This record gives sequence, structure tokens and C-alpha cells, in this order.
Amino acid sequence: MTRASLSLKLAALAGLAFLHIPLLFIVLYAFTTEERSYAFPPPGYTLKWFVVVWERTDIWAAVGLSLRVATLATLIALVLGTLAAGGLARAKFFGREPISLLFVLPIALPGIVTGIALRQAFGLMEIPFSFWTIVLGHATFCIVVVYNNAVARLRRLSPSLIEASMDLGADAFQTFRLVVLPNVGTALLAGGMLAFALSFDEVIVTTFTAGQQSTLPIWMLSELIRPRQRPVTNVVAVLVIAVTFLPILAAYYLTREGEAVAGSGK
Amino acid sequence: MIPAILDTPAPHERTLRRLSDLLVRRHNLLVLILLVPPLLWLGMVYLGSLFVFLAQSIFSIDEFSGTIVREPTLATLAELFRPANFDILMRTVSIAAAVTVLCAIIGFPMAYYAARYAGPRAKAAFYLAVMMPLWSSYLVKIYGWKLLLAKEGAIGWIAGRLGLGPALEAWLALPLVGGPSLSVSYTGMVLVFTYLWLPFMILPMHAALERVPSSLIEAAGDLGASPGRTFRTIILPLALPGVVAGAIFTFSLTLGDYIVPQIIGTSALVLGQAVYTLQGTAGNIPLSAAFSLVPILVMALFLTLAKKMGAFDAL
Amino acid sequence: MHANIDTALEIPAVRFAGVARHFGAVKAVDGVDLSILPGEFFAMLGPSGSGKTTCLRLIAGFEQPDAGHIEIFGEKVEGLPPYRRAVNTVFQDYALFPHLSVGDNVAYGLRVRGVGRAERDKQAREALAMVKLTGMESRRPAQLSGGQRQRVALARALIVRPKVLLLDEPLGALDLKLREEMQLELKGLQRTLGLSFVFVTHDQGEALSMADRVAVFNEGRIVQVGPPEEVYERPRTRFVANFVGSANVLSAAEAQALGAPARPSSLRPEKIALMSAGASAPTGAVVLDAVIVDVSYQGPVRRITARTPAGLVLVAAVPAGQAGEIKRGGPVRFAVRSDALQPMESEE
Repeated sequence: MTRASLSLKLAALAGLAFLHIPLLFIVLYAFTTEERSYAFPPPGYTLKWFVVVWERTDIWAAVGLSLRVATLATLIALVLGTLAAGGLARAKFFGREPISLLFVLPIALPGIVTGIALRQAFGLMEIPFSFWTIVLGHATFCIVVVYNNAVARLRRLSPSLIEASMDLGADAFQTFRLVVLPNVGTALLAGGMLAFALSFDEVIVTTFTAGQQSTLPIWMLSELIRPRQRPVTNVVAVLVIAVTFLPILAAYYLTREGEAVAGSGK
Repeated sequence: MIPAILDTPAPHERTLRRLSDLLVRRHNLLVLILLVPPLLWLGMVYLGSLFVFLAQSIFSIDEFSGTIVREPTLATLAELFRPANFDILMRTVSIAAAVTVLCAIIGFPMAYYAARYAGPRAKAAFYLAVMMPLWSSYLVKIYGWKLLLAKEGAIGWIAGRLGLGPALEAWLALPLVGGPSLSVSYTGMVLVFTYLWLPFMILPMHAALERVPSSLIEAAGDLGASPGRTFRTIILPLALPGVVAGAIFTFSLTLGDYIVPQIIGTSALVLGQAVYTLQGTAGNIPLSAAFSLVPILVMALFLTLAKKMGAFDAL
Repeated sequence: MHANIDTALEIPAVRFAGVARHFGAVKAVDGVDLSILPGEFFAMLGPSGSGKTTCLRLIAGFEQPDAGHIEIFGEKVEGLPPYRRAVNTVFQDYALFPHLSVGDNVAYGLRVRGVGRAERDKQAREALAMVKLTGMESRRPAQLSGGQRQRVALARALIVRPKVLLLDEPLGALDLKLREEMQLELKGLQRTLGLSFVFVTHDQGEALSMADRVAVFNEGRIVQVGPPEEVYERPRTRFVANFVGSANVLSAAEAQALGAPARPSSLRPEKIALMSAGASAPTGAVVLDAVIVDVSYQGPVRRITARTPAGLVLVAAVPAGQAGEIKRGGPVRFAVRSDALQPMESEE
């Protein structure tokens, strides 16, 4: 293999830096002593804002709501996304393509369209905004994440494994429990984690389905539009990075190991 | 010799077994049972809502009472072509195009390096380095840029230190792209969009480039093509489906976004903001629905073209 | 085992009556009648796409027939799912469960029948010992060689005591040496267990050497079925003659010219003898002078392709040492006994 030219290496490195430097700045600002502006470099460093955030009940309430919504939306998406993947992974019937398009649509169309559409429907059916309206919206676009992960793994799963299981006396349910689930389990877990991260972070659809409730992203958005508590926002931003990074990292390693396991079946 | 075993399933399993018999024999029934719950959810909750909303684009609004007139008309759709509204559309599409081009330019060297030169470990690291920003919090990323772009922020400070302060001022003084500070300008908006959607461009581009066999590039070299010529005639055409696939994301995501323009943008609206204000404060749902049709139509057109170019293999 | 013999004599292990299976317009299996006897080693031989694997899958229950009837030991099985059939399969790709240890793979059939952990571990050990894999229980399938996986698949299928064992090209993925070893072992295992083995292969050598009877498949039908010698010595069609070994296929007129009945006939290359110049013809043999078109050396034999003045092209396989002055373009004299020609039902 030939070596890359210097200019290509530099361009690639610059791209990587572009992707990561803004995140580093957020971490830096969490420690600044400056309260009223985004002055750089920070005039001094302190840990006191972490203490302030720790004592803010409104932020913890928002975190709690976000966590509850994400958990429930993920569970619904896991069930529906897995069913959809099971139905479509090897199906060859007429109408397969439009159906798989339907599963991808909530993430392909702009979030604002989904959000307003849901709000209109709630209004039409006189459903008041609640915890459940947020979950409903989130589950809708989380399905696709689970579906994509599950369908990819199911397609790699050798069909003869399922035949072998039935051949040895297992019925459809035993086969699902003893063969299919253990082999797609990590993909489902990864899909679930990504769905969780997606829901925990979602703001656009939530704006339209939350009413007066405040999830963590909604709280952040109001701070972004009208900054009133900059240092607190800085710390919350770091916390959000931490909460979303872990499941994403876990999902990455789960799918990688899963590939090794599924690939060894051959 | 293996002793015999008896096939005696537990009684409670009997019904399950019979159900299993049915599902194994009628495979289509199984597929149907699997698909019904997700289809019901998406069909009723999602498609239903979508239809209810978008269908209102053929209604109009009574200018005096502000109520929706439920009679089919094309007037609302025609309103999109009024100069003020048409400006919004053109502005948004131009921004989306600029973002797409920037993403392709910044992303290509990364995707190309990872596909052609990186070893397996470096490749895994690259993948993770692109995935992490892709999945990390959208608002936090915007927030990071707000920190960077603020007048007193890091970019201004670094420009000052490098003696580029006057150059930055000159750029901000330019008509269209400038503004009072980077955080209130189109330049800032395009930068933030580019940052947000860059991973969506890199991944399909990388997938497409991975599929260019290195023997092909070597063959072109053996046949006497210069590196530049090889790049233009072999690599670029083969990478194009990946770029188109990436552009689907960068374009669609930019068209529908209203948060970045709200935080980084100027007072001139883009499409997402128009939809947002029309359904909210203005209460003009029909026109809001009409605006919403634009990104959907643009994307449908885009997808049809992309499908013809085979861009989906790069997804 | 012994109690079964009386009934076994009259009831076939597997019986197909007019079985058909279509995939869209493709007739994968197109009207197959077939009886496999208890304790028989039965080979289904044919090129890919000839319907042999679909027949195997029909017996296992992975496919259901579109027409006709399938019986296993006298019981109709159409519509029965695989898990209700006393038939087990060794898959071409072995289909070992990657998430289970070798021991748990083998014990799988017992597990789904509700056998306790201790009992199934004991039986799995015994089954692994039977296929010479003692002590491998805790390994993962991925850690095994191809030959070992094959044995695990065999043990896994046999532990549930099938009445018929189906093997789908089980030796295809193994290298030559291992394949020959496994052929002997499979044959030995089948004799010890007294089970019917149904074996799908596209390798005619494998089918001839292992099977008690061979069914030759082509285009969804069985074109000939019988013991290996019969199929080889008396091919009924040109397809069989060419697919099972190689053969010279003669038209009715050409057969008649060699002193045989005027029927399309096959003539195996090794049945053509080489004569030294000037020797007289043996009784009952026709002498043919020909010009050598091609010679190829194949170890024990030499294959000579030659053309007679009448335009008949024959391939002869003669012991390598016997062929003295044989050159391309040179003359050759063959002797063919007319009873070496086997009349066929059709020339096709």
C-alpha cells in the first residue's frame, strides 16, 4: 500500500480537529469563573458551578423527565423495531419497500414536520400534553434506530441456524428464545442504547409535544436562546456529553463484538 | 449407544406448540403478525398526523378572523411564490447547498485517507472519531459553537492573536455573509450546519470509497495516468454515489432545521423558522403546511435522482 | 433396533409419491417418486439445481410439497413442521450455534425436549465420544477445524435418535484427505446404527463409493435409481452416462455397426481395449482402426481420443503401461466387445 501524501494527512487531521475541538471547548467552559459572557480565554477556573448545578432541583427534575421519557420510548421502540425487523429482514413480498420506507420516514423527514404534525393530531383529538405525548413522539423516531440495527444483524444470521434448531425439535418460540435472541441480543442492546441517546437528546419534536413540561434539552434550548445562567448551562452541557457518550461507546463495542460472533457461524 | 428419549412437552407448551405449527406452516401469517404492531403505530400515529397536517396546505386562512377556511384551494400553495416567501425558500436552499459543498470538501480527505491508507486499528479509531460527534448531543454541539463564535469567544481571540482581527472584521462587513458578529451571521450559521452534519457526509463517502478497489487505481497508474488524472477520472466518479448519499442527509437536515438559525442566524428567516412561526405565533397552519411540503418534495426529488445514480448502495 | 426389522421390511423409511415443489416458475422438484428403505445408505446425486437438495428439505420439513405425498415410516408428513419429524439433518454449513459451546450444541435437541442438565451433559459426552471428540465439550464452534465441526454436527443430529439422518453435502467443505477419511467413518457409523442415511452430493465418486443405492437427479426429476454398479454399468440416459463417470454415447446406427442391438447405447472408456498391431480380434469383439486426436495422461490410465474413418469419435481409457507407441495423429487399433455396449432408453 502506498503512503498518503502530507497534504492529504494534514487535511484529514484538520477535519478531525474540526469535529472534536468544539466539544473540548465545552468542557473548558464548565470551569470558567466568568459569569456574564463567553470570554476566551477564561479569566479563571473553578469547580463551584458543579456544586451549583448539583443543588438546582429544576435541572434535576428536567433530567428525571428526560430519563423517564428516554427509558419508555426506548422500550417501545425495542419492541416495535424488533418486530418490524423480524417481519422484513428476509421477507420478499410485494410492498416490502414502501413499508421499510415508512419505518425510516420519521427520521428522514425534518423533525419540525413530525413535531407539528403530532401537535396538530393531539389538538384534533383533544389529547392534553403529558408525559405520554412526549413518549409517543420519541418512540416514533426511535423505532428506526432499533429496526436498522436488528435488521442488519438478522440478515447476517445464517437461516440454517433457525432450520437446525427446528430440525432438532425446537418449535418457533423455543427457536426464538434459544437461537435468534442470543444471536441478535447485542444488536438490540446497541439499538436500544442509540435510541436512548437519541431520545435523551431530542429537542425539535419535543418542543411540540411537551406543552409546559421541561425535558433537559428543552431547558437547554431556552438557555441557548436567552442566556441567563451561562455557567450553569456550561456544566449541564458537559453532563449531557457524559450521559450520551457512554451508551454510544457501549453500542459501538456491542455491535463490533456481535459481528465477530455472528461471523463465526459460517 | 444413546438411550431413547421421549418427546413429552409440558402441558402448558401444547398450545404454544400448536400456535408454532400454524406460524411455521403459514409463514406469511407470521410476517403479518410481526408487522401489524409497528405498522399500526407508524401508520396511525405518524402517517395519520402527517396527513392531517400536510393536507391543510390546500386550506386557506381567513385574513380577518384568522380562522382556517376548510375549502380546497390552491391559493395557499401559490402564496409560497410571493416574493417574501420565495426568498425564504431560495435562501434556505442556498444555505443547504453551501453546507453540502462544504461538508463534501472537508469530509473527502478524511474519508479518502481512512478508506485508502488507514490500517485496521486506525480505521476503527477513525470510525469512532466520526461516530462520537455524530451521536453526541445536538444542542450541546450548537452550544459549543456559540461559545466559539461569540464576539468575545475563542475564534475572535485567536484571530486577534494571529493579527487576523482586521480580516475577520472585513469579512463580517461584507453584505450577505457578514453581520454584527460571527454568532449572528450566515457565515456562522453555515459553519454550524457544516459541523453538525459533517459525519453524515463522511460515513457514506467512506463506504463508497472503500468499494473502489485499489487495483483499479494502480491500473490507472500503470496505464500512465497522472495522480491528478487518476483522481479525476477514477476516484471521483466512483466516490460520487457516496457524496450524493451524504448530500441527502446534509440537505434534508439543513432544510428542516429551525433551531440553529434561531440561535446563530440573522433576522432573515429560513424555511424551518417560517414553518415554526407560522404554526405558532402567526397561527397560519395552512401556509405552515405548504412550507413543510417543500423540503419533503425536494427530498423526494433528490431521492429519486439518487436512486437512479445508485447512491443507496453507499448507505 | 431388532424389533423394527419386521415392519422395516415392508414400510419404507421415506416414500415420495408424485412430489412436486415449485418456486414461482421454477420447478425445483417436478414429480418425484421414491422409496428409501430402512437402514439404507441412500445417495441423491445430481448437478446443482437438479432438485436433490429440495428433496432433502422436503423430507426434513423445511419445504412443503405443492403436490404429491411424503411418508416417513408409513406416516404422512405433509404440513408437519420440522420439529415434529423424527428426521434430523447435518447441514452443508454445519449450522452450529455460534453462541453455544460444543457440548451445548450437541445437547440442544435434548434441552428443547426438557431433559435435565445432568442427563443431557452425560449424553452429549457420549455422543461426542462416538464421533471421536472426547473432551471438546467446552470449546466454541469457532475454535474447531472444519472436520471437527462436521463431527459436532453429526453428534448433534444423532443424539435425538432420528429414524432417518439427512446429510446435505456434508463433505463438500473438507479437503480431499479428510473427505476420504470421513466417507469411511460415515459409512461405519451408518452400519453400526442401522439407520437410513440420505445423502445429497454432486460428487459421483462419493455417491458410488458410499451409497447402497443412488438416485440421479436432473431438472427436478429422478432419471435413474439403483445400486451404484447398476447406475454406473447400465446408465439409462445420456445424462446419467455422462454425469456418473464418463461415457461414449452411440446412436442406434453406431451401436449396430459395432455388433450390438440397434439402440442408443453407452460405452464406458475402460471397456475399450487397445490392440497391438497385427493381433487378431478376440471372439465377440469388433476391431476398429482409428486416428488419435488427443492423448492425456491421468496417472493409472491414459485417455485416448480417436476418430474412426466412419467419423465415430471414441474415448478409451487404457492402463498407462499398456500404451506403447501412442502419439497424436498416429494410428490406433481398438477392440470393442459388443456386450460392452449398454442400450439406453433414450439418447438424451
